[in-house]
Amino acid sequence: MDTYIYPEYEVVRDTDKCIACRVCERQCSNGVHRYDADLGKMIADSDRCVNCHRCVCLCPTHALKIKKSEDTYRINANWDGQTMNEIYRQANSGGVLLSSMGNPKPYPIYWDKMFINASQVTNPSIDPLREPMETVVYLGKHTVDIERDANGKIKNNLPPQLRLSMPIMFSAMSYGSISYNAHASLARAAEELGIYYNTGEGGLHRDFYRYGKNTIVQVASGRFGVHKDYLDTAAAIEIKMGQGAKPGIGGHLPGKKISVEVSATRMIPQGVDAISPAPHHDIYSIEDLRQLIYTLKEATAYQKPVIVKIAAVHNVAAIASGVARSGADIIAIDGFRGGTGAAPTRIRDNVGIPIELALAQVDERLRQESIRDNVSVVVAGSVRSSADVVKAICLGADAVYIGTAALLALGCHLCRSCHTGKCNWGIATQDKELVKRLNPDIGAKRLVNLMHAWNHEIQEMMGGMGINSIESMRGNRLMLRGIGLTEKELEVLGIHHAGEAM
Amino acid sequence: MLSEFQFKTKRAPLEGEVRIPSGCAISAVIDRSGKKMNGECMIRSISTMHDRSNGLGGGFAGYGIYSEYKDFYAFHLFFDNFEARKDAEEFLNSHFEIVYSSEMKTWKHSAITDQPIIWRYFVTPLQKRLQNSLLDEEAYVVSCVNRINAEYKGAYVFSCGKNMGIFKAVGYPEDVGRFYRLDEYEGYAWTCHGRYPTNTPGWWGGAHPFGLLDYSIVHNGEISSYDANRRYIEMFGYKCSLQTDTEVITYIIDYLLRQKKLTLEEVAQVISASFWSTIAEKSPEQQAQETFLRRAFPGLLICGPFSIIFGFNGGLMALNDRLKLRSMVCAEKGDLAYIASEECAIRVIQPELDKIFSPAGGQPVIYRLNGGVKI
Repeated sequence: MDTYIYPEYEVVRDTDKCIACRVCERQCSNGVHRYDADLGKMIADSDRCVNCHRCVCLCPTHALKIKKSEDTYRINANWDGQTMNEIYRQANSGGVLLSSMGNPKPYPIYWDKMFINASQVTNPSIDPLREPMETVVYLGKHTVDIERDANGKIKNNLPPQLRLSMPIMFSAMSYGSISYNAHASLARAAEELGIYYNTGEGGLHRDFYRYGKNTIVQVASGRFGVHKDYLDTAAAIEIKMGQGAKPGIGGHLPGKKISVEVSATRMIPQGVDAISPAPHHDIYSIEDLRQLIYTLKEATAYQKPVIVKIAAVHNVAAIASGVARSGADIIAIDGFRGGTGAAPTRIRDNVGIPIELALAQVDERLRQESIRDNVSVVVAGSVRSSADVVKAICLGADAVYIGTAALLALGCHLCRSCHTGKCNWGIATQDKELVKRLNPDIGAKRLVNLMHAWNHEIQEMMGGMGINSIESMRGNRLMLRGIGLTEKELEVLGIHHAGEAM
Repeated sequence: MLSEFQFKTKRAPLEGEVRIPSGCAISAVIDRSGKKMNGECMIRSISTMHDRSNGLGGGFAGYGIYSEYKDFYAFHLFFDNFEARKDAEEFLNSHFEIVYSSEMKTWKHSAITDQPIIWRYFVTPLQKRLQNSLLDEEAYVVSCVNRINAEYKGAYVFSCGKNMGIFKAVGYPEDVGRFYRLDEYEGYAWTCHGRYPTNTPGWWGGAHPFGLLDYSIVHNGEISSYDANRRYIEMFGYKCSLQTDTEVITYIIDYLLRQKKLTLEEVAQVISASFWSTIAEKSPEQQAQETFLRRAFPGLLICGPFSIIFGFNGGLMALNDRLKLRSMVCAEKGDLAYIASEECAIRVIQPELDKIFSPAGGQPVIYRLNGGVKI
């Protein structure tokens, strides 16, 4: 018995405005809209609507809107409508619930509970319109013994580092989970911006090898698309141990998104689900991780930094400390609100911890052990604005990864249906007709715009604090104050409450 | 009810309990020929900048002043009471040989109040203790000083270098100088400091210069990179208990000079690094060095306004922040070299100068004793 579930959102059409041009019908891959010749008007099946807003945005007369449905079960604070619906679905299918994008639940967002400082009187703020304001960041191991040549000149014995024009990178999103044009947009934008994008675990399409110097390639538990050229072409290699949206399990790519090209790039069969193993089967402990790090370094002649990406879990500080001692140059930490192309709903919504807390603890632990500068720390897992970036850096991050924000720039409206492969914005799909909707020239331009805008805002906030170089902001926790946080939360974040003095 | 109310009304925080921004005046002089002068010139210099201080801290450092005990560490200590002195002396006796000790000679001065007990000791580490510690001599001395300051309540070591001494108090610097009778000390180099804190700390230890072995720092500014710098340097065994800029800057310079063996110029390129755009215009060799230093020590870049005078046995270094957000001028007359927040503080003691200039932001000015000069 399949219980009927009333749609969560309803398509509302203003019939006075609708001219029955049928744009909505052509744009909707979910088949919501159709023209009824007998009635002589457009009708919509809300049941199929994922609320991606494609039709709303493209309707030439603005005749469409999507509304939260008013249909409701008897109000029950314990058994809310969504919880009940999920039970009906599982009772019907017997399957694990799948979701996409980041955890949407109303958990605390610590970014929004922190305020940034500014200079007044005793030291001046600095005007970024009139003075240099440096946002360049080098990622990698910083600590070396000073060695000098016969003339007393310091030798450059630093290991390879990544140079970023601003402390932001595009985080791992695989070709397969997102489209060819989405990857092209990210790669071009990264090149123009002087930053990096990340292939995710889906390999690197041949066409994108030319963006190698702005590419971080991922090696994940499925080892999809990993081969010598792939490693050689990259600027850095990231070992994916975990992902914030689904700590403890491997990547999921539904078979319907595995097209011919995706299959060739990943070196896996077409049309079959690609489920990465939960652990790396050659890494059951920290000493095994060290071996993989050095295997990759050997394979690339120690010319590239190795990043280890871990999910923010309860013991993240100790894990990060172990990683820092295992030869990693950069640690990427992904918080529990991080995005995904497909994850089991229960895991996405219940496993892991917020990135703000994980970051604060990792940075502090690495300092307690005097190894903070043996690695750089990059954080991900819902960085939504330049203010979040500034707060992350003040807490101790070297740089951030953004995924969802980058996809929003490309047109994503967070309908959280990536796993269906029917993305109307041409982003999380492999359907050729849909992919065409995302023009990589425009996509790249929008990403560049977004990053420039954020960088300007970061510079404004830095200048306000009297800081003209991003490294003086890193770990500068006196620049943050908490609001509405408990004593324990402040202790974990390592910041004072608003109103407390320096 | 009243007592409860009084309990809730907290006193103003003391030095070290909060971070207290300060404005300041600084001045310094060195005779590069090694000829000595008494401290009176510095008192006259700093008093010209009276309005840059607010009476809440002043101090001096003199180099070459203890030539008769130049091989011994000269410890200057504040004690709150005799008990504290007894305890600290017990520690000193068990870790050092004290070759001479006496109460610091001072004049009574109406403007200098709440005077602690001030003593001076000339010491050398006990060899057995030193060897057992597996530290080099300087590290041993620093660790002993840190232990007294952290563990001995009511005792505070505020100067511990060889053949140099720091003299400081709560008050205007010119009054502090007279209180310590600096006209009776002869040194080849002097630095001084007048403090303008935005708070009311009443603790003598909080006045400047801040010293570590023979290094002393006087500083004018409020750095905005403070917590980034503090959290970095504390990884290497330093503890910023006073929470002042001067303290953290001293530790940074000590770390880079003593532990990383950088030169003074290289230290300047770390803490007051050129902008990337400026580095890009330099020679390839210079680019390589400065890029290396910025990449190797990003956490030690100091942002925000500062002008510092760093004193060490054999010389002085003046350095401004990279944007030059604090005034500082340098001048020369024969072997004499001067550094001060304002030109007037130099002209008042040396009206005729061969040369006077404002160093650019981040440009270190280093004055050393002339080659061959022995002190």
